[in-house]
Amino acid sequence: MQNLRWKLLTIVVVFIAFASVGVYPLIAAWRGVHKPALLMDKQLKLGLDLKGGVHLVLRVNTDDALRIETETEMERLREELSKRGVMVTSLTSPDSTHFRVEGVSQAQDATFRQAVVDQNILTNFDRSSGTNGTYVLSMKPNVQVSLREEAVVQGRETIERRVNELGVTEPSIAQQGQSGDQILVQLPGVTDVDRAKEIIRSTGLLELKIVEQGPAATREALLQNGQVANGMEVVPGVSTPGDTAGTVFYLVRKVAAVTGKDLRNARQTVDENNQPAVGFTLTNDGAQRFGKVTGENVGRQLAIILDGRVQSAPRIESRISTDGRITGSFTQEEVQNLSLILRSGALPARMDYLEERTIGPSLGADSIRSGVMASVVGLLLVVSFMLVYYKLSGVNAIVALIFNLVILLGLMAYIGAVMTLPGIAGFVLTMGIGVDSNVLIFERIKEELAAQRGIRASINAGFGRVFWTLVDTHMAALISCAFLFQFGTGPIRGFAMTLVIGLVSNLFTSIFVSKTLFELALTRRQQVATLSI
Amino acid sequence: MQILKHTHFDFLRWRWHAIAASWIIIIVGLVTIVTKGIPRGVEFAGGTVVIEQFDQPISVQQVREALDRNYPAGGQNTVVQAYDDPSKRMVMIRVPQVGAESGASLSTTAQQVEQAIDKANLGGRHRQGAEIVSATVGRELESKGLWATALSLVGILAYLAFRFQFSFGVGAVVATIHDLLITFAFLAFFRYDMTLNVIAAILTMTGYSTNDTIVIFDRIRENLRSMRRDSMRDVINASINQTLSRTIITSGTALLTALALFFFGGEVLHGFAFTMVVGIITGTYSSVFIAAAIVSLWRGSAPTRAAAHAPASSSPTAPQQPQRRQKPQRKARAS
Repeated sequence: MQNLRWKLLTIVVVFIAFASVGVYPLIAAWRGVHKPALLMDKQLKLGLDLKGGVHLVLRVNTDDALRIETETEMERLREELSKRGVMVTSLTSPDSTHFRVEGVSQAQDATFRQAVVDQNILTNFDRSSGTNGTYVLSMKPNVQVSLREEAVVQGRETIERRVNELGVTEPSIAQQGQSGDQILVQLPGVTDVDRAKEIIRSTGLLELKIVEQGPAATREALLQNGQVANGMEVVPGVSTPGDTAGTVFYLVRKVAAVTGKDLRNARQTVDENNQPAVGFTLTNDGAQRFGKVTGENVGRQLAIILDGRVQSAPRIESRISTDGRITGSFTQEEVQNLSLILRSGALPARMDYLEERTIGPSLGADSIRSGVMASVVGLLLVVSFMLVYYKLSGVNAIVALIFNLVILLGLMAYIGAVMTLPGIAGFVLTMGIGVDSNVLIFERIKEELAAQRGIRASINAGFGRVFWTLVDTHMAALISCAFLFQFGTGPIRGFAMTLVIGLVSNLFTSIFVSKTLFELALTRRQQVATLSI
Repeated sequence: MQILKHTHFDFLRWRWHAIAASWIIIIVGLVTIVTKGIPRGVEFAGGTVVIEQFDQPISVQQVREALDRNYPAGGQNTVVQAYDDPSKRMVMIRVPQVGAESGASLSTTAQQVEQAIDKANLGGRHRQGAEIVSATVGRELESKGLWATALSLVGILAYLAFRFQFSFGVGAVVATIHDLLITFAFLAFFRYDMTLNVIAAILTMTGYSTNDTIVIFDRIRENLRSMRRDSMRDVINASINQTLSRTIITSGTALLTALALFFFGGEVLHGFAFTMVVGIITGTYSSVFIAAAIVSLWRGSAPTRAAAHAPASSSPTAPQQPQRRQKPQRKARAS
């Protein structure tokens, strides 16, 4: 008796705990009754397919990150070589992971090698030498791997900041894909897909560079002997604000005065002609450098380059330190987006879209309705069958079933699992498995009863025999679930998750709860002659 | 109430018929798959799906004509279907094309399709949903799916070999592969798109079918201890008969819930529910007729290993020999 009382207490406590986490918030939200904050935090979340929203998969062009690293190192070496007076015939980068030095003379070979060592280039690059003073520096494979990983992580973090600025509630941003270079972005409830897409993938690389020459109508006009002068680059841009058709070219210094990294803030403002513009404030460090550069170059043009295009090239009237303004032919919305992108920082690499799904809110609502409808119909069918076939013992099975669903809801809410459409299917399946466990037990009890055993002995034997069967079947299902979870993207994971929780809670309800209910029924009567099964 | 009382069906007697019947379905299915292919959903094949809701009632035919005229690129592979309830005036359009995988151009095809519809003046419409998947993602999903299936089969084989005997693991895995092939065959016959949801259903059904198989195996394991003098064949038959009413009730209730999903689950769950229905039926069938048959073939019909002194019986290649079938099912009840 003492034993039974403890068992009942356990059952009641478990039931109340899970019901208050899983079921109460749902009912509270539905009926509009008081919601304690403690419980509402844990309310079951709906997946995109039920709530509506945007699901995007982006691929990070990690080669970009490698190329930037290679080119930066190459430029550093170029600077160092000219400082030491080492002459080379060419210094080029054929691809994102190599750069090539040609024509180092015999006499300067030692100086060249020393320059490479002093600049610490060999920490990230392997050097191999060829004939006639040719050297190839190739990025070490482990450096490539970590740079790629870094680019994806940085990209994810930047996207997170942008999504937060967009004000989406409960976004989900994760890395995925076989090579780990994909970023999954889920934005529940977002309807303006195009804006979200554009903001997420804009590189947002801002560079302010001093203009040496230009604007010119053709690229060729800015070249010397068909080559870009050392330390310079040619950047395209729009000819006049408002005219997007004509392209002009600027020769600018390769080294930027300041970049987006030096921004402290960016906001919407207007220019002197009352046109929308983006105002920015630099960090202390950036302001110092910017002040120096602008002070030295009063009267020259400053190119404002966004993602490799000159937006405008205003003349520097006086020394500028902390505050500046980006003007161009912007609409109000572009300015709004641009300031958001600048605030969140630049992406380390370009992004491509690989997958886009949008689910309208009404489609989601329809899915919930039919999913819940199907589950209820299924549940009713099963419940009526159990009652007809197993009579009073069927009640036992139904209590176990309801218990199972309550635990399922509670655990899902507690661990923050997301309810998806396949998740609802997982619920239905859990009901099926729950019923199966009870059927197994009941059929076994019937067999034992038919063998003329006593009722208590039959029940004990039924539960005892079936226990290992249940363990085996549940283990096998859990094994499949583990792989399903591994393989799955969003909704499928939801399904596997539901099923795993369902399997675990089902073991508890069918073995512990159901047995205790039988025991409870038996203690009422001293002499048990019949069992309604 | 009891639907079945003390049955004594000789299931193993029909094993060759069952295996033959399964092979016929599988071969016809494979032929269908080879000749017509398995229709793959956009998440695997890549492509563009848009779901449009129109302001005015509209026929699928009108939309199709508009696309044939203004977006001929889709050609034979353009799919236009009414989506969900007709009163919602929703149409699903699928074309195999997808925009380039660079920058934000993935959705250009979707825009072209919408422009094609707008050109035909079919009245106002708005996009309710879209699914645009590049081929890269599709390929990755496909290989992941195959790996997940293969690995879960290996996992189950290992678990059963550990908990039972190796032959039982083989039986369960062969039965599962059988279910997979039959389900694929049915999906190919009925032209259901292979989507993520369908994959989920398939993996569930493999779990479900294994569940069924394990229940029977578990009983065989138990009976092997109590029926030491009987042949493997008798033990298997007795075990299947003893668990038969459970098998039928469980499959019946599972089938009920799957049918509820099929009829009330809405458009999105249709493929899922269909796969579940097929899977439950074939899973039950294979547990009864295939899995145990494989074990008996693997082990032969020799007496159980604990009874080496018992008379030897029929060879596995001549299962129809009736010599021992008349023997009464002894001790059908476990000790």
